[in-house]
Amino acid sequence: MLKRLTLLAAAFMVTTALHAEPVTGGRANVVIQPEPPSLMLGLVQNGPTQMVAGQIYEGLLRYDEKLQPMPQLAKSWEVSEDGLTYTFNLHDNVKWHDGEPFTSADVVFSADVFLRETHARLRTSLEHVESITAPDDTTVVFKLKQPFGPFLGIFEAGTMPMVPKHIYEGTEYKSNPANNTPIGTGPFKFAEWEKGSHILLTKFEDYYEDGKPYLDEIYWHVIPDAASRAVAYETGVVDILPGGSVENFDVQRIADMENTCITDKGWEYFGPLSWMWLNNREGPTADKRFRQAVMYAMDRNFARDALWNGLGKVSTGPVSSSTRFYTDDVNQYDYDPEKAKALLEEMGYDGETVRLLPLPYGETWQRWAEAVKQNLGEVGIDVEIVSTDVAGWNQKLAEWDYDMAFTYLYQYGDPALGVARSYISTNIAKGSQWNNVEGYENTEVDDLFAKAAVAVTAEERQKLYDEVQQKLVDDVPVAWLLELGFPTIYRCNVKDLVTTAIGVNDGFKDTYIEK
Amino acid sequence: MLRFILMRLGKAAIILIAILTLNFFLIHAAPGDPAAVMAGEAGAADAKFIAQLREQFGLDKPLLTQLGIYLKGVLQFDLGYSYRQQMPVADLILDRLPATLLLTMTAFVISLVLGTAAGVLASARVGKWSDTAISTLALLFYATPLYWAALMAVLLFSVYFNWLPGFGYETVGANYTGFRRALDIGQHLILPATTLGLFFMAVYMRMTRASMLEVSQLDFVKTARAKGLKSGIIQRRHIFRNAMLPVVTLAGLQAGQLVGGAVLTETVFAWPGIGRLMFEALAQRDYNLLLGVFFVSAAMVLVFNLITDILYRFVDPRIRVA
Repeated sequence: MLKRLTLLAAAFMVTTALHAEPVTGGRANVVIQPEPPSLMLGLVQNGPTQMVAGQIYEGLLRYDEKLQPMPQLAKSWEVSEDGLTYTFNLHDNVKWHDGEPFTSADVVFSADVFLRETHARLRTSLEHVESITAPDDTTVVFKLKQPFGPFLGIFEAGTMPMVPKHIYEGTEYKSNPANNTPIGTGPFKFAEWEKGSHILLTKFEDYYEDGKPYLDEIYWHVIPDAASRAVAYETGVVDILPGGSVENFDVQRIADMENTCITDKGWEYFGPLSWMWLNNREGPTADKRFRQAVMYAMDRNFARDALWNGLGKVSTGPVSSSTRFYTDDVNQYDYDPEKAKALLEEMGYDGETVRLLPLPYGETWQRWAEAVKQNLGEVGIDVEIVSTDVAGWNQKLAEWDYDMAFTYLYQYGDPALGVARSYISTNIAKGSQWNNVEGYENTEVDDLFAKAAVAVTAEERQKLYDEVQQKLVDDVPVAWLLELGFPTIYRCNVKDLVTTAIGVNDGFKDTYIEK
Repeated sequence: MLRFILMRLGKAAIILIAILTLNFFLIHAAPGDPAAVMAGEAGAADAKFIAQLREQFGLDKPLLTQLGIYLKGVLQFDLGYSYRQQMPVADLILDRLPATLLLTMTAFVISLVLGTAAGVLASARVGKWSDTAISTLALLFYATPLYWAALMAVLLFSVYFNWLPGFGYETVGANYTGFRRALDIGQHLILPATTLGLFFMAVYMRMTRASMLEVSQLDFVKTARAKGLKSGIIQRRHIFRNAMLPVVTLAGLQAGQLVGGAVLTETVFAWPGIGRLMFEALAQRDYNLLLGVFFVSAAMVLVFNLITDILYRFVDPRIRVA
């Protein structure tokens, strides 16, 4: 008996040892949806492009799930005490996929020249930068005009991807033929793209981190229909379904399959927060009491449990709980139809119909709009659902032609990057759906956001963001819904798939498949 | 004959330009434009950035100027550039054409051969159980929504029985070559081609059956019988050949759609064809690409109409004489 136990213990130890030791080789089969328009991450930053190209291109840093910076192309970094100088020390043995050495000159070119022209989101942050210089081949210095709190948070591959100077300098970036065969420094290099079918990335043998990556190749399968994507997993064609690959009502069924694991980690940097834009300019939604009534009338727990499989969190306000400087010390809007009715009566709501635009991203969002319509109907608000496709939805928002409209936005880890933009009054302008689309104006809020962005210490910033969150939650410029949970589903023998705050978007260098 | 073909080609060119112009205005009437869609996907963009994109794509010019530029390009066999996919439109279409042709032509052959054969069989056995069975099947195929039939086929043959691959053009990553690859593609083709062929198969069945029955009542058939010709010869030479006229017309119409692809089938079965390309281009307001696909499929409809007209002359001597 004792012998058998010893054997068992030995076997257990061997297995644990095997678990701990990554296995080299193998292929990952992953779903990608929709098909990326291009893999040149410096030019295109939409979700699918980042997911595939995030293995080809790299930034100076990565972030862990607490959003703390981790080394990537930069092996270390220092911030001066006044918060104005950021110095990055680069790895000295990094090569581009075509064999050329990667140096600080590439960093200066990428950040100061290429991305300033092409990267809509980054160039707003770069306005705080006075100069970018390279004192030697492995050192880069960013000097800021004034302190900018979230600065250390803009160096991941999707926000500041390094592009090769020797290929792009002096060329027309958008029509450079090299865009079709992207060259990065990442753990995987581009091998093949059969449009409409698949993209193949293969291991970069000269990668600067010893032993990595573990996988030989990654196949990204383009499968346009959500039901077919579920079938692809069920029949064993793919082993990894990144968040949002299958309809929510299929998630549980697939997660119950044998050897199947599921995680909602790997979205901390994005902190996807859903809300309904409420048009603050006209109609009943211009009245604060009406907007508060909408918050009380919605059963958001129901939406999370019935439509999102219980994944995600009911939102408490404008900041996601994974984003820095979040506070839940704000007024809570629990489901309370009576309170909603009282508010509507107080404002003298006359039953005017409000138009609601669902998000044209599939079945879940359509159902969600219907659930909200029913909730609001129960307190006497008449809702008309107006359906559009993505282009039509873009235009209606950009032209402010709506009363209520579903959306969700990323927060990029810091309120100065992904929250302030939706509420500050200087961001009210037609023609974009990424600014203050609701038309909310409050000089106090403007002030607080401005001060918090440039405050030097984290304590100072926390205090200012606490205050702004409380004010916003009282005013309800938009109706916050859920912090979305996008589950990644994968075979349990795929290990270390999600190791950073952007999960599969830059994580495959750590991934291995247990035999 | 040559004069006839040249005249028809001349007319076709005018029709083609008219179609392009109409499509151009229709697409621009839809809300949104490619710059806004692309900026939208970037996750953040200000109005300045969108304006910069519009300028690059030439979308800031007056609509008529844009149309002029486009038509001038087409006349020089240049279908333009897809800004979203960052590739010339012609390359994108040519890239997808083989897969689409394989799918639609297989479906075409399956539906035409099986549909006509079943129709002839049914007409020869009017009122018998085989006729009833064929007619019922035809009604079923005719009425079943393609999308549903496709999903059911995947569920049954792919998920439950695991006999056939449920989607894709070939086994990705298997790197088959030669005959093994052809076999692999063939296996992937069975479900989408059959599903896509069902509707037209039903139409051919019903049309052939009705047409055969109608022709068999005509006087010249009675005469042939009176002359003492064998029933098989009457069926083949007299009835079948005459009954084929409406079928040829229909086949011409179906053939014209071959290049346009099959949006639903290609979507459900992840078939990398033109139908999907078109659908994505529509969703993203990729004007040049969408117009390019429309152009190619309109041209194909016109070409196949011409071929149908020429075929008529062979099938039916009366038309040749007229």
